[in-house]
Amino acid sequence: MSYAETHEHHHDDHDHKPTGLGRWLFSTNHKDIGTMYLVFALIMFFIGGAMAMVVRAELFQPGMQYVDPQFFNAMTTMHALVMIFGVIMPAGVGLANWMVPMMIGAPDMALPRMNNMSFWILPFAFTMLLATFFMEGGAPAGGWTMYPPLITQLGDGFPFLIFTVHFLGVSSIMGAINIIATIFNMRAPGMGFMQLPLFVWTWIITAFLLIASMPVLAGAVTMLLTDKYFGTSFFIAAGGGDPVMFQHIFWFFGHPEVYILILPAFGIVSQIIPTFSRKPLFGYESMVYATAAIAFLSFFVWAHHMFTVGMPLAGELFFMYATMSIAVPTGVKVFNWIATMWRGAMTFETPMLFALSFVFLFSIGGFSGLMLGITPADFQYHDTYFVVAHFHYVLVTGALFALMGGAYFWLPKWTGHMYDEKLGQLHFWLSVISVNVLFFPQHFLGLAGMPRRIPDYAVQFTEWNMISSVGGFVFGISQLLFVWVIIKCIREGKKADEQVWEGARGLEWTLPSPPPFHTFTIPPKVDEATAHS
Amino acid sequence: MSDKNVNRTVRKLLLTAVCMFAFGYALVPLYRVYCDLTGRGTARVAEADAGMGEVDAGRLVTVVLDTNTRDIPWTFKAERHKTKVRPGELSEAVFMVENRSGRTVTGRAIPSVSPAQAGVYISKMDCFCFDEQVLAPGESREMQVRFIVDTDLPERFSSLTLSYTFFDVGDSAPAGAQTGQKANS
Repeated sequence: MSYAETHEHHHDDHDHKPTGLGRWLFSTNHKDIGTMYLVFALIMFFIGGAMAMVVRAELFQPGMQYVDPQFFNAMTTMHALVMIFGVIMPAGVGLANWMVPMMIGAPDMALPRMNNMSFWILPFAFTMLLATFFMEGGAPAGGWTMYPPLITQLGDGFPFLIFTVHFLGVSSIMGAINIIATIFNMRAPGMGFMQLPLFVWTWIITAFLLIASMPVLAGAVTMLLTDKYFGTSFFIAAGGGDPVMFQHIFWFFGHPEVYILILPAFGIVSQIIPTFSRKPLFGYESMVYATAAIAFLSFFVWAHHMFTVGMPLAGELFFMYATMSIAVPTGVKVFNWIATMWRGAMTFETPMLFALSFVFLFSIGGFSGLMLGITPADFQYHDTYFVVAHFHYVLVTGALFALMGGAYFWLPKWTGHMYDEKLGQLHFWLSVISVNVLFFPQHFLGLAGMPRRIPDYAVQFTEWNMISSVGGFVFGISQLLFVWVIIKCIREGKKADEQVWEGARGLEWTLPSPPPFHTFTIPPKVDEATAHS
Repeated sequence: MSDKNVNRTVRKLLLTAVCMFAFGYALVPLYRVYCDLTGRGTARVAEADAGMGEVDAGRLVTVVLDTNTRDIPWTFKAERHKTKVRPGELSEAVFMVENRSGRTVTGRAIPSVSPAQAGVYISKMDCFCFDEQVLAPGESREMQVRFIVDTDLPERFSSLTLSYTFFDVGDSAPAGAQTGQKANS
């Protein structure tokens, strides 16, 4: 029974939407807001990417080439802030906005006006952050982790950085509250918690992580602000404070934050792999519990980011074993994905290729994470390019690849048109090869002792840096192809039917492609076929 | 779905967010307690401040204060050329700097300790060398270094030299440098 048949009697005039700019500025529609989040993330992706290109150009050969050290450090710092808060997080929230109401059979988000506000805060926040480039003292250059006392020596840009972080925190907390309120209260009848698609589950858990950790970051940066301007001494040693305490508070936020970035990616991959394996997800319940376990454990491992500050041995051992224990639920997830594919009738369209490379490459990032979690080994790896390689494997080939897979997966649903499969696969292969050329050599550089966040290096690191830079340039240019695929899909793609993918299951695939402006104003009936994939 | 349920959920979640903000601040006293228990971090500074640290009363170490300038039109002097301190005690040295030129100059002091092997036994809690100093034409300023000489300083060192050289860092100084100085004084 298709959506059109059941809803024929229900076509009154609420499909009218405001036109022009007003449609977007005042939108309370989850689909429009989701689109805005995704477009915003895509724009910021190229801004943050341009900064990475400057970094890789400067590191192409030893010595100083194009930029001065201060600007180089501003590039690494701003690249991180933009990519984390401006790309991965908004893209995840955008997908949640689009898909969560359609997956649970709700007409919209629970708080549509707040939804509008949480999006529109973002462009203002990032305008503030990027404006620091034109201020006395330049853009933040003390690292995205904002460690004092270095960061408090920033010039006029300092309060702008702090208030940007506050704004981003407010935006993501509002988004998280909205998502939980929607999922808890607006599920279609018959859609219990254990019938939710896994993408919805990962977002429940991510939203709780956001609500628990973003306020702590807000507190930490407020302390920085009062230390600099209002005479407090939270982190100033001369006044009885301790700069190391900032690291503790920051990473108490920071570690849950990395799972905020990756859990929605787990959710996307858990939707894609069953679809293209034409089998239900293996071990659905264990997936839910593993995700919750990862989230819970993430609050007890923060100090593995700061093994070298001088901790009691017992503390280092505790944080080492706690860190290792996260590998267990993560392993459960990876094996479940593999078991889902086992004897499945697999096909390899672009979303599946991204999901498969996610499983493989994210695991590489996970393994280097385990190496970093071993306290004695970390003393060698700390603050080297090995760390850079590690977190780019989990964030680029992990979170970003899953988001791209998700974009290809749902693009036909959103636009009503199929994307060009050949171009999509070309984008995938260019990306997956160049990203490994880009980041894999950084493991070697780090193990050989090249420190991160330094614009120059000893000559013996030249070859691997050149190779890495070439990979970086190819990866950067390949992403333009992604934009072209999207534009081409919207303009001239073949019409997509409501099912889109042969193996797709779930409520969103019962809707026409593209779905009408308002969907599920009458709650759908949930049965075995439309429950979780 | 009913609006009442949504409101209840939102209220609970907002309360959680507010509590977590407060928790961030609660980490500050918790961290103090932790440091007191394990004898790490702030504990040492706090004791030094109160003069309760392990002070080696039977020993006096001479600290010679050496001042230099390089390509900067400033007069830079220590209040006293040398001072005697007890290891473990928080000590202070005062320096004077004056801009003799007719323009605003930004300078930065580079510290060094000799003999170099003794360097690890001096901890600076606060130093004018942590920040760039901006002096208007004719302006003079008093600056402090607060430091502790470690009680583990080997007996063979009876005298240490703490040397500072001021350099002109040009006009690239961030405007925040002066505020940084204020926060530390």
